[in-house]
Formats: sequence, structure tokens, C-alpha cells
Amino acid sequence: MSDKGVKFVIGIYDDEDILLDAISSVRGKGVNIHEVYSPFPVHGIENRLGYKRSRLSIAAFCFGFLGTCLALTMMIGMMTIDWPMIIGGKDFLPLPVFIPVTFEMTVLLAAFGMVGTFLVVSDLKPWGKPKTFDLRSTDDKHVMAIEIEKNSMSETQLKKLLESNGASETNTKLMEE
Amino acid sequence: MHVESKLRKPLITGGKTLKDVSEDICKRVEEKPSLSWYAAMILSNITLVVGAYAVYRTLWDGIGMWGLNKTVMWAWDITNFVWWVGIGHAGTLISAILLLFRQRWRMAINRSAEAMTIFAVICAAMFPLLHMGRLWIGLIWVLPLPNTYGSLWVNFASPLLWDVFAITTYFSVSLVFWYIGLIPDFATIRDRAKKAGRKISAFIYGGLSFGWDGAAKTWSRYETVSLVLAGLATPLVLSVHTIVSMDFATSVIPGWHTTIFPPYFVAGAIFSGFAMVLTLLIITRKVYNLEDYITIKHLELMNIVIIVTGSIVGIAYLTELFMAWYSGVEYEQYAFYNRVTGPYWWAYWSMMTCNVISPQLFWFKKIRTNIVATFIISIIVNIGMWFERFVIIVTSLHRDFLPSSWAMFYPTIYDLGMYIFTFGLFFTAFLAFSKYFPVINMAEVKSILKHTGEKIKK
Repeated sequence: MSDKGVKFVIGIYDDEDILLDAISSVRGKGVNIHEVYSPFPVHGIENRLGYKRSRLSIAAFCFGFLGTCLALTMMIGMMTIDWPMIIGGKDFLPLPVFIPVTFEMTVLLAAFGMVGTFLVVSDLKPWGKPKTFDLRSTDDKHVMAIEIEKNSMSETQLKKLLESNGASETNTKLMEE
Repeated sequence: MHVESKLRKPLITGGKTLKDVSEDICKRVEEKPSLSWYAAMILSNITLVVGAYAVYRTLWDGIGMWGLNKTVMWAWDITNFVWWVGIGHAGTLISAILLLFRQRWRMAINRSAEAMTIFAVICAAMFPLLHMGRLWIGLIWVLPLPNTYGSLWVNFASPLLWDVFAITTYFSVSLVFWYIGLIPDFATIRDRAKKAGRKISAFIYGGLSFGWDGAAKTWSRYETVSLVLAGLATPLVLSVHTIVSMDFATSVIPGWHTTIFPPYFVAGAIFSGFAMVLTLLIITRKVYNLEDYITIKHLELMNIVIIVTGSIVGIAYLTELFMAWYSGVEYEQYAFYNRVTGPYWWAYWSMMTCNVISPQLFWFKKIRTNIVATFIISIIVNIGMWFERFVIIVTSLHRDFLPSSWAMFYPTIYDLGMYIFTFGLFFTAFLAFSKYFPVINMAEVKSILKHTGEKIKK
């Protein structure tokens, strides 16, 4: 590792299907891929890269359940315990009446909780610093980044490997820590 | 890998490449707006200012400025409120329900439909908010906050309070859904600005894009978030108009007290929402030359949704009449007899013509693939849906149980002014959106380009 930062070999790909095959064969050679950057979601890329399924849906469920509990606690606390009143001839614990607000609170907390978790785990925040290896990766190119230090192959060997797997261009990029 | 039949028409025409998509959409954000944009913006601002006078008088002098009376105590304000909320149903329906059904044609239209949803809900919220007069007190009254009256809590058994929760949730979840979709596109604009050396633009869109870099891991999480949000927003979108309909259906007023209201209102909302999306998109695609992205096929598919929902609405109207007769309740029968033949017969028959007859013209392929015809019918549907709410609200109220309290409703210019104000607000917001935001979801369109674009079909 040099003093200035970490050195990466980057391969530019024009087509998502070539990219997917390239990921499989590069990983098959025992090369550790740092990350792949794409302008749009490429289907099946997470399996090729060996990523596990995101657990954000579990987070959504937990936040949703919290919303259900909070809504019911709030309404029972207010309408049954603190100030009981007979409305429309219903009893002091009119559960069917609580359904709409409980539902809305469940959805609200599930959505906000999940999106909040997503932003935190993906380190997305206003004026956050993007890891830009190549500016074209939000436009029309897919960028595969491989950290040289973490692999046994040399820089030229890596570049050759990427080119033989359909990369239209290869570069070396020094990224700040 | 996605494989699609070659028989299906391409969703994106003009032989576009990934680069063309970024170029075509970002160009609108980067270039100076056209003269027609300025003209439209000025017109919207004038409308907003003129309408703001009605808002000022409503706040200063109270809702006595409106044409309400003791018998018709709900009229234009709630008609406009329900009308705008209904329009606000299309965006999230397109982005959530069509996502769950894997309808790829949604990708070209979801961004602007969602923007429309958000602005329409803001316009809708203006009516309940402004009619409360002292907004700060009004807000406290509708929220379950501790207060000095006891605490005397809000009434959770009231559909009006459910409405507060439903619309606030709907608005905020739609906003989040919309923004999450915008983040990758803002990153595209940011990187284009960096490349071209436009510093201010790079700074602003850099902030808005939240440091998005398109990493595969983030995209994978993003896909999960979109899918779960769609799953959450689908019952939400159906719940909102269900609850709006309960504002009426849980009362005992003949003409309102019917169990058919929730599905009938939801179908009507989707119907009017799609009509408004069509009105806006036909103009947007023309002005911004987006004919290759929003194709005739897109318009045709939306027109098919209009036929389906319009027919459901038509059946609901007839069911209401049948049930009124079949119930044997003379009050119910009179309410509908009065609706069809009474002093507001013209409103009823305008509603029937606009909502039941006009969408049926879309059965003809020539009409549903004709842009001018679609545009005209979309406006007719919007007018018809306004009349629907007016008919339901005013005709059910104006002939009270005692003939001595019978009255008519005549709107004042302040009723009209409030409505004009929301139009100014809506179009100002939509024009600002169409200038500063990417009007088409670039990332999603790019993801289907290879398999549904024109090149692959050749």
C-alpha cells in the first residue's frame, strides 16, 4: 500500500451480460473483486459476486411491528385508560375502530425504518462522498474494481485477465483511503 | 437473464443507447428552460397569486366567505379535497402495484406520476388545513398531543381522524419512495456536471444524490427496498381512498350511507389519477421530445386502465341506483331520485356522460392510440370526476330530512379562488419538477433498454 492511497485495477464493461460472465470467470480464477459499479441494477449480479440476500425486509418487519405496538398502546392508553368515553355505542376498548390507524402507523414506521436503515448501512447521506472510480459508471459503463494488494496477481496480469473477459478498457486508479 | 418475446412492441423506440438515455433526460435539467416553460411558469404563478387572495380572505374572515349554508355545510372544499386526493392515487399505484405485477411499461412514467401524486396530495391537504383558520391550533387538534383541556384526546373512532393518519402516511411514504428512486438519477446528473465542470450544479446534485456511486451491493439493497416499499405502498394506496370514502359512508345521510363506497371510491381515484397522468404526460412528452420513451404503447396501456376503472365506476353508479330502489327505504330512494331528476340533474348527467360514456370510446383501438382523442378524453374524465364528488356531496345534503331546511348551494368567488389557488400550486410545483428533476427514471429505463429496446427486437 502506498502512502497516498490504495491502488486498484479497473475494468470498464459496456454490456451487462458480458459483465456477468466476466465476474464469474474472474472470481473463478481466485481473484477478489472489490466491487462492481453500474448505472442501473443488473439482475443476478449479487449472486455472481457472492453477496447474500439483503436483510432489509427483516428490518422493515421489525419496524412495522413496532408501529403496530405503538399505535395500539397510544390508542388504548388515550381512549380506554386515560379518558374512557362511549362513542357510537361501542365499548371502552373498540378494537375494530383502531384498525385503520394501526395499519397506517405500521406502514409508516416500516417504510421509514427500512429506508433509514438502508441509508445508514449503505452510508448514504446528504453530500456523502461517492467512491467514483470512473465518472461513466453512473452514465453508460459498468466498472469492475479489483484491489491489487489483496490479490496475488500483478497489475499487468489483472489487466490482461479483465481484457480477456471482455473489458473494453482497463485502467489503474489510486483511491484515497 | 430476462428474455422477452419479439412479438411484443419495444418499450423504448428510436434505437437508443445507454448514453442517449442520460443525454435525453439530463439535457432538460442542464439546459436553460424554453420560452414555453417560462410562459407556463408565469401563468401558473399568476394563478397562484390570484388564488392566494381567496386563501387570505378565508383565513382572515373565516369560511363564511364560502357559499356554505346550514343545510349544505360541506361542498366545494371537500369536493376539491377528494378530487385532488383521488388524482394523487395514480403515482403510487403505477410505481407500487405495477412493480409488483412486473409491468415494465411503468418505468417511463413512474417518476412524473409520483411527482404528480405528491403535488396533488399537497393541494388536497390545503382544503382541510386552510378551513381550520388558525392553522397552528388546527394542527394540534388533529394530532394526538397532550393539551390543557384535560388532556382531551382526539377521537380515534372518527373516520376524519383516520383520514389525517392515512393521508399523512400516504404522503410521506410516497415522498420517500419517490426520493429513493431519484437518488441514482441525481448521481448521474452530478457526475455529468463534474465532467463538464459545472461546480454549482455538481454541488447541489452532489448533496441530493447522497453520495450514490452505484455499487452492486447498494443496488442489491436498493432493489430490496423498492420491492418492500412497493409491497407496503400497495395496501396503503387502497386504504387512503377507502378511508376517504368512510368520511361519508359511516354517516347516516341517505346517498352516503352505503357499503359500496370504499371499492367505488378507490376505482374512481385510480380512474381520475390515470386521466391526470395522461393529461400531464401528453404535454410533457411533446414539449420535451420524449416520444421515444413515452410511446403510443404507453398511452394505450394507460387508456386500457381507464376503460377498466371507468367501467367499475359506471357499474358502481348503477348499483347505487339499484340498491336505493331495492332497499325499499324511501329516504334512500328519494336521495337518488333527486340526484337524477332534481335541481342538480345537470351535474348528475355531466358526471354520467364524462365518466361512464366517454371512457368506453377507448374500446376502439383507433381512439385509444390517438393522442388528441386521449388528451381530450383525459380532460373530460377529470371534469367528470370532479362532478362525481360534487354530486355525491351536495345533492345528498341539499334536501335535508325536513323540507323547511331544503336549500341550494351557490359557490362564491372565494370557493372558486381556493380551487384556482390549488391549480396554481400544482402547476408551479410540476413545472419546477420538470425543469430541475429528471422527468424519467433513467436508471430503470436503462435496465430494460437492452431487452425491450428497439435494437434487440430487430
